Amino acid sequence: MTKEIRRLSIIVAFMFVALFASTSVIQVVQASELNADPNNRRAQYDRYEVRRGPIIAGGEQIARSQATDDEFAYQRVYEESDLWSGITGWINPVLGSETGIEQAMSQELSGFADSGFLARLNQIVTGQEPRGSSLELTVDPTVQRTARDAMTSMGYSGAVVAIEPDTGRILALVTTPGFDANALTAHDVDQVTAAYDELDADERNPLINRALNTLYAPGSTFKLVVAAAALASGDFTAESTFDNPSEYTLPGTSFKIRNAPFGPCGGSSAETVSLADAITYSCNIPMAQLAEELGEDAIREQAEKFGFGSSFDTPIASAVSSYPTGMSDDKLAQTGYGQYDVRTTPLQVAQWTAAIANDGVEMDPWLVDQIVGDDLSVQKKYDPSERGRALDADDAESVTEMMVSSVAVGASSNARIEGVDVAGKTGTAENGPEDPYTLWFAGFAPAENPEVAVAVVVEDGGGQGQSGDGNTIAAPIAKKVMEAVLAQ
Amino acid sequence: MTDTVESPAPDRRVKKELRRVQKAQRLRNRELLLLVFAFAITGAAFVLVQFGALGHIELPILVIVAAACALTLVLHIVLRVRASQADPFLVPVALLLTGLGTAMIYRLDLAYEANQGIENSNNGQHQLMFAMLSIVLCIVLVWALSNHRILFRYTYIFGFVGVILLALPFVPFLNGGGNAVVWITVFGFNFQPGEIAKICLAIFFAGYLVRTRESLTSTGKRVLGFTFPRAREFGPLLVIWLISMGIIVLQRDLGTGILIFGMFVAMLYVATGKTGWVLIGVFLAAAGAVAATFVMPYVHNRFNAWIHAFDSDLYNDPSGGSYQLVNGIFGLAHGGMFGTGLGQGRPDLTPVAGSDYIVPSLGEELGLVGVFAILALYLVFVSRGAHVGVAGQDDFGKLLATGLSFTIALQVFIMVGGVTRVIPLTGLTTPFLAAGGSSLVANWLIVAILLRVSDAVRRQPRVVIG
Repeated sequence: MTKEIRRLSIIVAFMFVALFASTSVIQVVQASELNADPNNRRAQYDRYEVRRGPIIAGGEQIARSQATDDEFAYQRVYEESDLWSGITGWINPVLGSETGIEQAMSQELSGFADSGFLARLNQIVTGQEPRGSSLELTVDPTVQRTARDAMTSMGYSGAVVAIEPDTGRILALVTTPGFDANALTAHDVDQVTAAYDELDADERNPLINRALNTLYAPGSTFKLVVAAAALASGDFTAESTFDNPSEYTLPGTSFKIRNAPFGPCGGSSAETVSLADAITYSCNIPMAQLAEELGEDAIREQAEKFGFGSSFDTPIASAVSSYPTGMSDDKLAQTGYGQYDVRTTPLQVAQWTAAIANDGVEMDPWLVDQIVGDDLSVQKKYDPSERGRALDADDAESVTEMMVSSVAVGASSNARIEGVDVAGKTGTAENGPEDPYTLWFAGFAPAENPEVAVAVVVEDGGGQGQSGDGNTIAAPIAKKVMEAVLAQ
Repeated sequence: MTDTVESPAPDRRVKKELRRVQKAQRLRNRELLLLVFAFAITGAAFVLVQFGALGHIELPILVIVAAACALTLVLHIVLRVRASQADPFLVPVALLLTGLGTAMIYRLDLAYEANQGIENSNNGQHQLMFAMLSIVLCIVLVWALSNHRILFRYTYIFGFVGVILLALPFVPFLNGGGNAVVWITVFGFNFQPGEIAKICLAIFFAGYLVRTRESLTSTGKRVLGFTFPRAREFGPLLVIWLISMGIIVLQRDLGTGILIFGMFVAMLYVATGKTGWVLIGVFLAAAGAVAATFVMPYVHNRFNAWIHAFDSDLYNDPSGGSYQLVNGIFGLAHGGMFGTGLGQGRPDLTPVAGSDYIVPSLGEELGLVGVFAILALYLVFVSRGAHVGVAGQDDFGKLLATGLSFTIALQVFIMVGGVTRVIPLTGLTTPFLAAGGSSLVANWLIVAILLRVSDAVRRQPRVVIG
């Protein structure tokens, strides 16, 4: 009997070892991961209790905490919120909600991140009230304001993303219409719920961050990706030629496609048209033929090198852009000019544009320059990081030439800037037989030594249904944004 | 008539007996020292809770705590008189665990009042009252039960009573409601008879196995190095298995079913020394569990919530999802290594934080350090029980002590393992800590029985002086 009791004790010992192990794993090993879980209200409530650090753009505090005399101790105040709400998001303890960078960098703002460990320790030891760290954004308020004004003065819904091509720093991230996040920070449940419901019900969907999270048909801006795929395949050069009819019947169907404007590409009556001219004049028929010849795998591979199929962590996560699979040839042909089921975010368009601008190397897009402690010490500085090479430098150079020519002599004429070579590509995406177009511009300047890459999208045909195009509606906005950057 | 033989060295015997008496005093003195230590920690816990959650001291509750502590002093004195050789660790450990549990339940009251607008949440007071009742019953049992072997005489009566107690919730006018059929309501008081049934069944198993172990240990076939019992001796195991499955299926109480079956298998193994029993038992339990997963939706839900706890559909599922489990885990993670400090965490965010999730609640505020200390206290308690089992000289006492302490260990494993995802969560009470009067009373009765058995163990063999 004694022997059995001893053995049973060993089993008990093992049971307890399992408990020591499981509690250690939860409380130490996985603790920070669990504390960062979005469902974890404890961490959330903790964050509300401290004085969160401000969010700063170009020296301006765009979000700060203000002491209140209620149970939550602090309330967030947003400056010029209509301009910044897409980036800042909001934080509200009553709703238990955090969005935007308030959510993505919540740990840092409330001082709970590893980067703020020493500061936190110091505050505990010296008995100071805990304070979070402040975020300094990469965004340039002048560029941001220029982009927003250009959009809202025309009443456009859409987005503008401007990126520094060689660093990935985001200079502007505008989504219109914006909203006033201050309406969502009140600590009165009924009041704030009503405000939220009102914004949520608004037909123009101000709560959506279009720049990061809306998936649009990219239209002709996608021709840049197809052209890159063609050059990367080694089977094509800028001079490769395609048949140049004024109508083209999609294989296996009786459906005819045309160039825009109608007729042969670039108005030339030549039998063939080069890839360079197809981009310059944004012709659909040669790009459809090119897509068929390349096949969907080659195009998707190139698209994924640019970032399709994965989310960008800016640190606000973006929606995932996608290129369809298993298409018949007629559908494959339509993807050659960014139609059928190709879907991209404005950020993704800006990313491939920036990659072309940066000699084919794509940088990680990033919104935060540095995290600064309450004592003004820099707790963390973000260095540019490469996402990877998306295309060879020669090919990037070649695509750039096509884009420069598109602005100089082709379909993107409204992006011209006096004295500067601009590279650009317009897009006019169809959404349905009767639906208004989605209008695009993607480009960078100066073409030789790019300081900014920009993507502009305007929804609803800019209010002009099917009569506007990317060059008339979107290109002028991009031009203003590029000018704002170049003026500095 | 023969002359009484002069004992070879009577003074040596006397010395030996004196040593025993002195040793008994040493035991009790050690107990007193540990008790004072337990008082200090319990008192400090309540004071810290008040400072942390209220920012000031509220005297009335501290007076009740002091009264409960004083009762254990009465128990201590009763032990000096009636069972001076009883184990000195059992009472302090039980008191410390009870104190920490009560402090946390009281702390949750304060949180509910502050954060959830509940007025006069007084689970803490209830628990304190039950703690005092439990200690009183423990005193009564230690006093009344002069020798644990008396229990042996009533083996079958205890078995009968145990089964009746388990069946009580099915009596319509007694049923206390709830999801599982385990509560009864008598004169307005809710009670879980299963908790007491557990003790009755442990006594029954011990008595029954001691009586029948001869036939159960008779040789059987050896397969793969294990001795398997003969077919006709399966009877008892199958009966207990069926009862356990009955509890799982009819009462919808997975935990108690597993606990009673596990207790029986462990005691069967200790009594017979046959590994075959254990293998068959584990196999039957596994078969039952798999069958229950398919047949009983609530078991299936538990299982699902265990495997896919962090799946957001399950997390947000209002009926039987993983919300509670995951929030308990968030609580533990929130506490981290050193805890938030008593009264300064947010254990009230976890549903049923005072009962099923008492360990995560304590883990949040006391940290991993605190959880380790609590687990270590359980280990001390269980090892004292096992020690009694090893040192004992009567088989009934050995088996009873082992069975009861193993039950505590198994219960801790099922509960703490359940809330930390070692195993699927089943509804049992965490011994001594969790809110609930029946469980507290039952566990302190176990303390009384272990005290009794340990005292008897040290007294044997009795020397006769003169």
